[in-house]
Amino acid sequence: MTDEPILQVRGLKKHYPIRKGLLNRQVGAAKAVDGISFDIERGETLGLVGESGCGKSTAATSIVRLEDPTDGEVIFNGGGRAGATRGEDGFHPNDVTRFDKKELKAFRRDVQMVFQDPSSSFDPRMTVGGSVAEMLLVHGMTDKHRRRAIVEDLLERVGLSAEDYDRYPHEFSGGQKQRIALARALVLNPELVVADEPVSALDISIKAEILGLINDLQEEFGLSLLFISHDMSVIREVCDRVAVMYLGEIVEIGDTDEVFANPQHPYTEALLSSIPEPDPRATREQIELTGTVPDPVNPPSGCRFHTRCHKVVQPDDLDLDQSVWRALITFRYQLRADDIDVEKIRENAGAEDAVREEIRTEFDLPQRISDPEVEETLGRALDRIVDDDVEGAADLLDEEFVTPCEKTHPEYTEHGDGHISACILHDDQVRSEVPADD
Amino acid sequence: MSVPNGHADDDRDAPLLEVENLRTKFATETGELVAVDGVDFTVEDGETVCIVGESGSGKTVATESITRLVRSPPATITGSARYRGRDLLTMPSKELRSVRGANIAHIFQNPQEAMNHCFTVGWQIVEAIHVHEDVPKEEARERAVDLMDRVGIANASSRFDDYPHEFSGGQKQRVMIAMALVGNPDLLIADEPTTALDVTVQAQILELLDDLQDEYGMGILLVTHDLGVVAQIADRIVVMYAGKVMERGDVYDIFERPAHPYTQALMRCLPGKGDDTRGIAGSLPDPTNPPDGCRFAPRCEHAIGECEIGDQPEEISVGGDHQVSCVFYQQGYDNETVRDRTLEGDTTDERGVSDD
Repeated sequence: MTDEPILQVRGLKKHYPIRKGLLNRQVGAAKAVDGISFDIERGETLGLVGESGCGKSTAATSIVRLEDPTDGEVIFNGGGRAGATRGEDGFHPNDVTRFDKKELKAFRRDVQMVFQDPSSSFDPRMTVGGSVAEMLLVHGMTDKHRRRAIVEDLLERVGLSAEDYDRYPHEFSGGQKQRIALARALVLNPELVVADEPVSALDISIKAEILGLINDLQEEFGLSLLFISHDMSVIREVCDRVAVMYLGEIVEIGDTDEVFANPQHPYTEALLSSIPEPDPRATREQIELTGTVPDPVNPPSGCRFHTRCHKVVQPDDLDLDQSVWRALITFRYQLRADDIDVEKIRENAGAEDAVREEIRTEFDLPQRISDPEVEETLGRALDRIVDDDVEGAADLLDEEFVTPCEKTHPEYTEHGDGHISACILHDDQVRSEVPADD
Repeated sequence: MSVPNGHADDDRDAPLLEVENLRTKFATETGELVAVDGVDFTVEDGETVCIVGESGSGKTVATESITRLVRSPPATITGSARYRGRDLLTMPSKELRSVRGANIAHIFQNPQEAMNHCFTVGWQIVEAIHVHEDVPKEEARERAVDLMDRVGIANASSRFDDYPHEFSGGQKQRVMIAMALVGNPDLLIADEPTTALDVTVQAQILELLDDLQDEYGMGILLVTHDLGVVAQIADRIVVMYAGKVMERGDVYDIFERPAHPYTQALMRCLPGKGDDTRGIAGSLPDPTNPPDGCRFAPRCEHAIGECEIGDQPEEISVGGDHQVSCVFYQQGYDNETVRDRTLEGDTTDERGVSDD
C-alpha cells in the first residue's frame, strides 16, 4: 500500500461552448467548472457542497469522464495503478482525461456513480436483479448462475432480500430503489464511488436510513467516496472533509468539523446559516443570501461571490456601515443590469424628491449616508436617474464605488491542517485595514 | 385592493378552519384505501399549523380534501371542514369556488408542474385575478405587477411577460405565492413549498411566508416532512402517521417533550439528534389493510399486546393542548417506558456555528 491519494483532481475545467450564427462560431462559454483541485484519500469521504447551478454535478460527471473535461487532470491511483509517477513528457500515466478506450473501461470498473433520482436511473422494463447483473456481464462475467448469486448476496447486504431479484423497479419505494442503486454501484467492487445528491429525493426517515447504510457500506467495502449535496446537514453527517463550491470554483476546503466550527469564507458562513435549525427556540441571526448564483457565462470579476457577499470589502478610504456598503454595491449592479424600473417608481412617487426617496427605500439605502463624499456621489447618481440617464448613473457608480473584491481574484489562504479558503479578507494587507467584525 | 371576502353566513367567532373527523377513502381494485382516517385539527387566524409525517401518511390528501381538490368520486370524503363555520365539504360547488382562491389558497410542492409553461407568468397571475373579479385588463396587470413585487421578484414589470422557464425554481415558487395572494386569502395551504428548493432559497421563501403572514394576518396550514422547517415557522404541530393523528401540540411541546414514539423516531432522524441515524425500521402499513390498534405499533420498539388490538388509542392530554395517541399514556400504564429523556430539554445549539 502507498499513502498517495486515490484521486487527485488538478485544475479541472469544463466549459460548455456557446455557438451562434451561420458558421457556428463560438461566442462564449459557460464555465460550469473553472479550475478546481482537490484530493481524496483512500477510505475518505469528501463532500462537495454548493447551491444549484454552482457546477457540482458537472464536476462529478467530468471526473468520471461521462463528459470530457476542457482542461485539467484527474489522476486516479486505484485499480492496481498505484505508485505510478509522472512521465518525462510531463503527463501522468494515471490521468483519466487521457485514458484510451481500454483503460477507460477498466477505470469504469473501479469507479461507480450513484444518482439523485433512483426512479429515473433504472430501466423500468428490466428486473432490478437484471439491472444490477448487467454490470457484471459487461465486465466479462459470463456465468449467469454466478452473476445471480453475487447480485442476490449484494441485495441482502443493502437490506433487501434475494427474492427481490426478479421484481421490477415500480414495485419498490424510493428508498428501496436507492438501496438497489447502491447495490448496483457496489457490484463490481469499486474503490471510489461518486454519489450525486443520493438522498435529496428522499423523505427524512428514509434519508437517515440511506445515510446510515452508506456509512456501513463504506466501512465494509473500504470505499472512498465523493459525496455531492446541497444540504450542509447531510454533509456533516457523512463526510470527513468538505469542499465548498461557488460558481465553478472551490472557495473553501477542509475537515468537516473544522469547516462547520470555523467557516473562513463568507459563502460557507451563509450556507451554514441557512440550515433550518430543528429547534424552535433557536434565534440564530440568519445571513440572507439575496438572489441566485450568477450566470456562469459572464462570471463576476475578482471574487465571484462578491456580488452577493455580506462581507464585501470597502476600499481603504471608506468606513461605512457594512450594510450600507452592501446596499450600495447591490444598487450599482442592479442599475447596471437595468433591474430598476424608474417609470414605475416615478408613477408611484410623483415628485422628483419623492422618486429619490423611493429609490433609496427600495434598495435599502439610508436617506442620508454618514460619509459626505459618498452621499454626494450617490446624490449625483440619483439625479442622473431622475433625468432618465440610467446608463450615466451606472457609469458613475461603477467608477466611484469599487470594492477590492472585484479587482483581485483571491488566492487560497492556509488556516492550518489542510483547511484553506479563497477570500481576500484573509490577505494580510486587507485584513489589517478591515476591523475584525466577527 | 382588498376584495370583500366576507360571506353572509360567515361566523366570525368560529375558528378560521375547523376540521373534524375527516376521512378520505378511495375505492381501489384491492379494496378500500383509507388515506385519511378521522383527523381533527383547527387553524386560527394568523397562526401557522404544520402537518408533519412521512411520505404516504396522508398529509397531502388531508389538506386537499379540505377544499375538495381530491376528486370525488373516486374519493369519498366524510366528516366536516368548516371555514368560519361554513362546511366546505357540503357546500354547493358554486359557493366552494368562491371560497377557493378568495378565502383559501393553495401552493404546491413543485412550482414547475403547477404552472402552464405555454403562458407568461404575468398572464397566469392576471387569469387568477379575473377568476375572482371582473376588473379591466390594465388594472389586473397593475395588480399582478404589484403582487410580483410584493413577493420579492426584482424588476417585476419587465419580468411580467417572461415565461416560467425563464425563472429559477425559487422565483417560480414566489410567483406561485403571488398567485395565491391574488384573492387576499385568510388561509394559505402550503404543501411542501420548499422541498424542491435549495437550502439558501428555502430560507428566503420561509422568510417571505413569515413576512406575508405578519402583513396579511393570514393563517397558514403547512404540510412538510422537514422538521427543520417546522421548528422555524410553526406555532402548532400535528403529527400524522398512516392517516391518523399521533400527537399534537405547540411547537415547544413537540420539539422539547415529544411524547409519541413516532414523533421521537422522527426527531432521531434529524442529523445531529440521537446517537445514530438508522431511520425508522420498517415501512408504512398497507393503507387498504391497516393494522388493528395503534397504526405505528408494528414499527414501535415499545409495542405491547394492548397496542395491537382495538382502534387507534384515544388522544390523551399530557399538559394543556399537547395531546398524544399512545396506549402508554392511558391509565394503568407507565408513560416513562416510552419517554425519551435524551430528546428532552435539549435546547442547546450543538452545531457550533458562531453567532456573529
